[in-house]
Amino acid sequence: MSTAATADVRLARDARPSLARLTRVELRKMVDTRSGFWLLLAVAALMLLVVVVVQIAGNEHDRILSEVLSATVQTAAVLLPVVGVLLVTAEWGQRTALVSFALVPERLRVILAKVLAGLSLALVAYVVALALAAISVAVAPSGADDTWTLPLSLIGQDALYMVLAMLMGIAFGAAFLSSAPAIVLYFGLPIAIGALGSISAISGTMDWIETGALAPLTEEIVGGKDWAQVLTATLLWTVLPLAIGLWRIRRNEVK
Amino acid sequence: MIESLGLTKTFSGRTVVDDVSFSCEPGTVTGFLGPNGAGKTTTLRMICGFSQPDTGTATVLGGAYRALPNPGRRVGVLLDASAQHAGRRGREALRISAETMGVGPERVGEMLELVDLDRAAAKRRVAAYSLGMRQRLGIANALLGDPEVLILDEPANGLDPEGMRWMRGLLRAFADRGGTVLLSSHLLGEVEAVADQLVIIGGGKIVARGSREELMAKAGTVVRATDAEALESALTYAALKPRTDGNGGFVVDAEPRAVGAAALAGGVVLTHLAAAQDAGLEQLFFDLTSDAKSEEDQ
Repeated sequence: MSTAATADVRLARDARPSLARLTRVELRKMVDTRSGFWLLLAVAALMLLVVVVVQIAGNEHDRILSEVLSATVQTAAVLLPVVGVLLVTAEWGQRTALVSFALVPERLRVILAKVLAGLSLALVAYVVALALAAISVAVAPSGADDTWTLPLSLIGQDALYMVLAMLMGIAFGAAFLSSAPAIVLYFGLPIAIGALGSISAISGTMDWIETGALAPLTEEIVGGKDWAQVLTATLLWTVLPLAIGLWRIRRNEVK
Repeated sequence: MIESLGLTKTFSGRTVVDDVSFSCEPGTVTGFLGPNGAGKTTTLRMICGFSQPDTGTATVLGGAYRALPNPGRRVGVLLDASAQHAGRRGREALRISAETMGVGPERVGEMLELVDLDRAAAKRRVAAYSLGMRQRLGIANALLGDPEVLILDEPANGLDPEGMRWMRGLLRAFADRGGTVLLSSHLLGEVEAVADQLVIIGGGKIVARGSREELMAKAGTVVRATDAEALESALTYAALKPRTDGNGGFVVDAEPRAVGAAALAGGVVLTHLAAAQDAGLEQLFFDLTSDAKSEEDQ
């Protein structure tokens, strides 16, 4: 082997794994475990179930594309983020961090790859939801005038809703680094906070705080104030726990 | 090439690793020995960048581990064989590592074969693996990137005698090809046969370091004679401080030559005179590490 070729081999060996490569790895980690596989299968089955139920039980106005899509996305967004939670917490609970961080010592790069993988999976789930909704409407057209009406901005909002749900899952996983509390609080905390919204004196304030602020994204084309509430709720429920998580992960002694 | 310089680590007021320095040269196997809780794992974790030392530095291949751009292709690490996702298949666990460090998937099959995990085993989920199988998977994972350095924490744990012999052969061959091996163990017998250098740690401190022969020389001489009483007085007369070995003979902290000379001067007929060998080394390991322990307790 020539000197140049040896140098090439050496360079290839020492190439830092690209973010695209790490993201592919994280996507793989989401689907290749028993729990990940069954969770994704459950998400797919639930989406299918919702589409079928809406088509059977819904009235003419429920069965238009935008409504079916909204129901499907909201359903997927319930369980899919758990895949995101587990993607982070498994590294600690199953202690694979000892392998992952030995191969990629820059921990925040690993977490960034997890976020990118989560975004990718959310978008894939969204495309599946869109396909399922469209097929169901094609098979059983509702007859309403706006059956196929789907404004571009609503397509974007539905996708954003799915992505934000996934990010919140990853953020909760990062903040707690342990599956059980992360999952329980991921579901429980928004309900508990949301319950405070029933107190009329503070219900106006709660609109800016509770995760319910995200719900309009799948239902209607939202305006300025709604966007502001989406932003504040995202800051509180996703950005804050993710920041706590990154701080913890950087310093955490993996046992 | 691994170098540890004055590594020190304190956890909530307790010094777990205390000024640990040693180096591992290419082409050699270093056995890092000590009882459980002596600080072996913490030291290895500091070398691999998992734990920040309070003082001191560790370098692998001339730099900090964390500064390696693609560590898997240079350093094979196995810190804990149980640290694999229970719900993932063995082969898949290796595929993930291979993909991360950028080696082809064919390498996964080769490594599975090397560590003797057959197709059926590789297809099973790690939850169904015995500790020995996890160790094999972990060793395959460490070797995946064809590294120059191997750092293994208690890799012999859970291996049967046959597996242990296999691992010794593997590590020896790796070192003979110019690789650097650092492996830890709490059992002398697991590493002394393969290690070129032994580093013994007790209570966080290095208590002895050297080749097996060098350490064995410190382990003293075993001597027996037809007349035990006469031997004892001859040895005592020569100021050699004999200790009974519980077998009708004595252990003496001296070279066999000095012991023989003392016996000759006392006119004693010897039936056995030899360096203390394995039993002595074992005793030395025990003495060194238990000294360190009792010191720490005080």
